[in-house]
Amino acid sequence: MCDQTFLAITFGPCDNCSQNKPLMNIYLKNEPINYCSLCVELMACQGLAKGETIHTLKTESETLKAKLEEERAKLHDVELHQVAEKIEALGQFVMKTRRTLKGHGNKVLCMDWCRDKRRIVSSSQDGKVIVWDAYTTNKEHAVTMPCTWVMACAYAPSGCAVACGGLDNKCSVYPLSLDKNENLAAKKKSVAMHTNYLSSCSFTNSDMQILTSSGDGTCALWDVESGQLLQSFHGHSADVLSLNLAPSETGNTFVSGGCDKKANVWDMRSGQNVQSFETHESDINCVKYYPSGDAFATGSDDATCRLYDLRADREVAIYSKESIIFGASSVDFSLSGRLLFAGYNDYTINVWDVLKGTRVAILFGHENRVSSVRVSPDGTAFCSGSWDSTLRVSVRFRFSGESDLRNILYSMVLLFTGIRDYRW
Amino acid sequence: AFYHAKQYAPVYFMCAQIQMERMVISMQDPDMGIKLRNQRLLITVIPHAMTGADIVEWLIKKCSISDEEALHIGQIFVKYGYIYPLKEPRNLILKVDDSPYRFQMPYYWMSTRWPASELDYAIYLAKKNIRKQGELIEYEKECYNALHKRINHTWDFVVMQAREQLRASKQRRKADRIVLKCQEQAYWLVNRPPVSAELYKLITLTKNTLAITLTITLCEGLTRLCVCVCSYVKYCEQYQPHDPIMQGCLPSIPWITDDIMFWNMNFAVPTKLRVERWSFSFMELLNDPMGRKEFLTYLKKEFSAENLCFWQACEDVRHGETSKIPEKVDEVYKQFLTPGASRWVNIDSKTMEKTLEGLKRPHRFVLDDAQMHIYFLMKKDSYPRYLKSDLYKNLFARAIVPQETKKSVFPFMRRQRHSSPSPALATQAAEDDGKAKNSNSFKSNSGTASRKKLLMCLQPYWRLQRRIFQIKLDVLTNNICKTREKSNVKIQFVQISIAVYLGVSVMLYFLIFTSLVATDFVGPAPGGNVFFTGW
Repeated sequence: MCDQTFLAITFGPCDNCSQNKPLMNIYLKNEPINYCSLCVELMACQGLAKGETIHTLKTESETLKAKLEEERAKLHDVELHQVAEKIEALGQFVMKTRRTLKGHGNKVLCMDWCRDKRRIVSSSQDGKVIVWDAYTTNKEHAVTMPCTWVMACAYAPSGCAVACGGLDNKCSVYPLSLDKNENLAAKKKSVAMHTNYLSSCSFTNSDMQILTSSGDGTCALWDVESGQLLQSFHGHSADVLSLNLAPSETGNTFVSGGCDKKANVWDMRSGQNVQSFETHESDINCVKYYPSGDAFATGSDDATCRLYDLRADREVAIYSKESIIFGASSVDFSLSGRLLFAGYNDYTINVWDVLKGTRVAILFGHENRVSSVRVSPDGTAFCSGSWDSTLRVSVRFRFSGESDLRNILYSMVLLFTGIRDYRW
Repeated sequence: AFYHAKQYAPVYFMCAQIQMERMVISMQDPDMGIKLRNQRLLITVIPHAMTGADIVEWLIKKCSISDEEALHIGQIFVKYGYIYPLKEPRNLILKVDDSPYRFQMPYYWMSTRWPASELDYAIYLAKKNIRKQGELIEYEKECYNALHKRINHTWDFVVMQAREQLRASKQRRKADRIVLKCQEQAYWLVNRPPVSAELYKLITLTKNTLAITLTITLCEGLTRLCVCVCSYVKYCEQYQPHDPIMQGCLPSIPWITDDIMFWNMNFAVPTKLRVERWSFSFMELLNDPMGRKEFLTYLKKEFSAENLCFWQACEDVRHGETSKIPEKVDEVYKQFLTPGASRWVNIDSKTMEKTLEGLKRPHRFVLDDAQMHIYFLMKKDSYPRYLKSDLYKNLFARAIVPQETKKSVFPFMRRQRHSSPSPALATQAAEDDGKAKNSNSFKSNSGTASRKKLLMCLQPYWRLQRRIFQIKLDVLTNNICKTREKSNVKIQFVQISIAVYLGVSVMLYFLIFTSLVATDFVGPAPGGNVFFTGW
């Protein structure tokens, strides 16, 4: 891991060698010092040779962790499922696939909804990025990226552009043009530059800024027009796999999860890591905020999904079952936050009741692992992309209360036509 | 290397394998596991085998799941080789009957077939450790411990190999021994996992984060867990009527009934649910464009509209293009912050001083403090008054509750799915209009010309669509439909009875025909009949 995407804020004389160089701000015994990168390397090697600096640092970290746990435990007065006992249980859930989008030649790695609630952008292993109108299942645009394994794609809030990236270490923005003769690839704008693969990208509230996370262990905020790096975020010790922006009033924080089993909350203005959670037993594949912005859920390779609260600063619930062995690759909340949809590597999608901690439904249907699950912006349906190269848009069937003969007949027929769609 | 990209690594099931092996071990438990017996395979008797049905039954009981799920999980065990079938060894599927299966030896489990280099490195470190205690240096000790944890069940194998190799090397001549030792050491020095400076930086960063978090925790304090949990419950209850997956939506979910009224109905008159949502929080009101407009109208009446305009201008600065920041900030200053400006906003003196100071070097976040101040001012003062005002209450009274989509008589016939104009088109139209207005002598290139042509072709389609939606909206608001309701029901009753009659008669004819054929009343005559030659 070598992260070169640090923002050199200061340039001046190094405290050690007194040469004018870009300075790195590091802390020694809680004192900030300004060393140039060469001196930092030298100091690190010397410290290691003695073998004591790392140990002292580690023991300090351990004591701080213990103190934090103590503080958190003082306020642990109730469990989530205890409070949730008073709420009525959810009824039976019948989920059916209503649209199957076929057209990718290889594994679908990532997908995103447009704000108009019916368009989807998806990216796959063969380098193709396709924009679909999921309602009519028509393909509207297709772009071929010069690299394979396009692991991240995002739709712009205005609906006029898509961003995608992967093994090329870059994030490129393509403005969507309706002229059939125009080659979309010609208008491509290279925005982000990392030193390792791009794992996830997301537009902030406008088309002008993109937040990216990468396999080099950093996240970064970029300006789309100029391609300039606005802020970089360091703190993960392994690949960062996923990030999500907070739906809060001030709109200034985001959460990221990585292969070092940590989920970190960052402040976008200062680049500081304000909170960190490390209770997972394996890599965190996906992080998503609860709709109110006070909590977030994570899906991990240890086959559990967990809910963390930001104000209590601790893990609040674990969603796991003995029969679930494979890791969760992607999670998303329903509009009200009552349901958590999680896609797993054993080809299924499990739907969890967030408050009670139980599973309400399990969906089969994909023929390879589910790589991403997203609920539509209006909450009517959810789309799942999988390594079997299809995307499925599924809904919940509810039987209306009246026991009218016509209603029953209608619902039954819809169920059967649902099955017919699903087999295509 | 330890940090390899997991997404495209061929098999990265580490955690899943551990869990699967744990489950397989519990399956083989003599008391609580699956009952093994001698199974007959043709003429031979195989000991310690079980049937497919046994496996599924055990899984159902142990994990309390449905049989579909138990079959799915059992299938995974067979696929990855932990259980193998005896009858058809090449066909790796689980059958829920009395076909026999057996457990695989741990030596052949997937996790033991580790990438060779890790195992070799483990053997090398073990050799070093056995040869002389304390010879391992710092990072080697860490790697040794990490490997010991990771490949624990082959550790005996590793130690045995290390001892064997040491014993074999003792039989060599001293010179050869030294050469080999140096070669090996050089190889592992080059191929060792990354460490030193990066590790130091990481550990420092982690320690700093923890220090910051602890300081924040001690200063600001944490919220009690029951408060947080109750807030989730409250949020879910409040938003449940708005969640289509939980409670459905009116008129209907477009994906099920192929009716897109739900997406197109909020043009002129909003729905009651939408207006109610504005009362949940100030952010909901501002996020909805119609809500924002209504709020602006209210603020104009109260002569405090400049607050919302200022907030919007600050959002524009924060999320807009970097190159335009200085001029935008200048605009904001001229319009809102200069004393005596036409739309002067009321900020406290301290914030104003700080903002004015920052304006000398404008950057993206220079107006943040002022924006925050105005936002909270509106939230605490104007927003609650708006919710109690007549303007809001009248809007809520006028808001409609859409009618449920009428279900057609033949529900299996799919309605036509119309496409909608792409959002890219809408902004291109605005862009082109803007371009045409601003530049008179600017020559448009072929790209914009073809776009304009496209727009012109699509415009009548658009207008027609809007007209259709308007009509549908009128229907929804019951302006036309009330008087026709009764006759509609009658017509539908007639339609249903005709359909039933047709269906029944077709079935009867078919039954009569087949019974006649069966009793040889109708059919090919012995001499060959012209009537049924087609058969």
